[in-house]
Amino acid sequence: MKIRNYWNLRDYGANIWENAGRPVRVAIVLVSIVLVGLLPFTGGSFLATPIASFDAVLVYPVGMFVLMSLGLNIVVGKSGMLDLGYVAFFAIGAYTMAILGTTTKLNTWEIMPIGIAFAMIAGVLLGIPTLRLRGDYLAIVTLGFGEIVRLVVLNSTWSKGPNGIANIPMPPHIGPLKFELENQRVFFWVVMAMILLTIWMIRRLSVRRPGRAWEAIRQDEDAAELMGVPTLKYKIWSFTLGAAVGGAAGVLYASKNLYIAPEMFTLNVSILILACVVFGGIGNIWGVVIGATVLGYLPDRIRFISDARLLVFGLVLVIVMNFRPDGLLPRKKREKAIVKREANA
Amino acid sequence: MRLEIKDLHVHYGKIEAIKGVSVVVNEGEIVTLIGANGAGKTTMLKTISGLRPVTSGQIIFDGKDISKVPAHERVDLGISQAPEGRGIFPGMTVLENLEMGKFHRKNRKAEMQEDLEKVYHLFPRLKERVSQAGGTLSGGEQQMLAIGRALMTRPKVLLLDEPSMGLAPQMIANIFRIITEINKTGVTILLVEQNAQQALQRAHRAYILETGNIVKEAKASDLLNDPAVREAYLGTGAH
Repeated sequence: MKIRNYWNLRDYGANIWENAGRPVRVAIVLVSIVLVGLLPFTGGSFLATPIASFDAVLVYPVGMFVLMSLGLNIVVGKSGMLDLGYVAFFAIGAYTMAILGTTTKLNTWEIMPIGIAFAMIAGVLLGIPTLRLRGDYLAIVTLGFGEIVRLVVLNSTWSKGPNGIANIPMPPHIGPLKFELENQRVFFWVVMAMILLTIWMIRRLSVRRPGRAWEAIRQDEDAAELMGVPTLKYKIWSFTLGAAVGGAAGVLYASKNLYIAPEMFTLNVSILILACVVFGGIGNIWGVVIGATVLGYLPDRIRFISDARLLVFGLVLVIVMNFRPDGLLPRKKREKAIVKREANA
Repeated sequence: MRLEIKDLHVHYGKIEAIKGVSVVVNEGEIVTLIGANGAGKTTMLKTISGLRPVTSGQIIFDGKDISKVPAHERVDLGISQAPEGRGIFPGMTVLENLEMGKFHRKNRKAEMQEDLEKVYHLFPRLKERVSQAGGTLSGGEQQMLAIGRALMTRPKVLLLDEPSMGLAPQMIANIFRIITEINKTGVTILLVEQNAQQALQRAHRAYILETGNIVKEAKASDLLNDPAVREAYLGTGAH
């Protein structure tokens, strides 16, 4: 029992945060942002990834995985709906960028809201009929949706079918910061900004009515409905917000990769993002961030063992999930604990 | 008439669980619906609160047919259910659970403290446990919480689904005493029970439900002395 407590990083972190005054909190946030922002310059250290360049790995998979996991966490972690087709929204964002970027003069930043809007519309359209379903049934329908989107772009002429779309424009420079393929640190900073924005959004919503409603829906949907929570509305909201984040990630991904094809949007991606969420700790933002970082980074870090790499990756997953079944940084299990803070107040 | 159910039919897939039931609940009454397992008692309540769709028939509340109104809007109208199996939010504290009962209310801030006091007055135990997670409460406390949370919505009709289920005899007596107390504050109560003895003692009128049909309707005190009912539901029959 004692040993477990040393491992309770979540409570340790929460303690520091709660006992800190406003200036200290601002300082913590700023220092962390600067430290993470400096990551692309640490490519020469032990962190370096063989073969792939370090700053590219930081953008994709690491940054993108974190962003998408945070989006999926709104759906899976906050409101408790199992979504196995999350890649669909990523694909919708990416294809919006690819098609509009190659056929019109709009740049990435102008396409970004359009891509997010399309992903959200898809989220609402899928959500209205399917979110009446629960648990396993919802998982199967969303899985189907993910595959439908992939098959549609694979078999349509406007998406250039299996050939994919090439020559997608890079984002235009922001002030003195230029986007380059050889040096992707600006991309990383943009992803980081999007991650921060997402975290900020989730944290705001969590303490307000939507957060309460999602929490109630996750714990007991019938009881939530009986308390007057319009459950379908809030489920669609959560689904749509998740879709928006996925769409935003897709737009940026297409603009960074310059080329997209249907094979990039397979079920594997959905599963991997879900694995990031579960591995890090469902429902806990920081857990999800850490989980996605580890799962995004690890395969590239151990690329030197080539063929055995996926085996090691799988082993790490199995071992960690065995010792920490609720993820690396699980959310608070209040079902089992007396909440002391309020009791003392 | 506060609540009137006319020729209600409810299906689970192809199976008909409620086969044309009509029930009347008058203002200020405690009406109980008793019956064995699988008689359709819980289905009745879930249909009235809106969790189950109606196949045919009407649910008339304050003169309006609400059978197509979604469950969360029926709460606004004044129907509140304390779900079976004490469907509380296990990961929320007692206070947060109670606050959820105010989720839909427009002027919830103004009402909150007043209603919390009312609930704490009825259930002093809940006040002692305000900051404890719902899932860590005992069975009886969870039942109190479920009823208290339902009261937070300021219901006109309170639907109670087997409040005695799985509780110790003393706790059952306690819960039923409080139900009567709630009724005296002007809340109409529709009570579904297997514990016919307690339910019939507390209720004004009673219906007996058997496999989806109402087989008897009478004053509760009459049923309490009815030999057939005694044999079937009160366990004081031939053996």
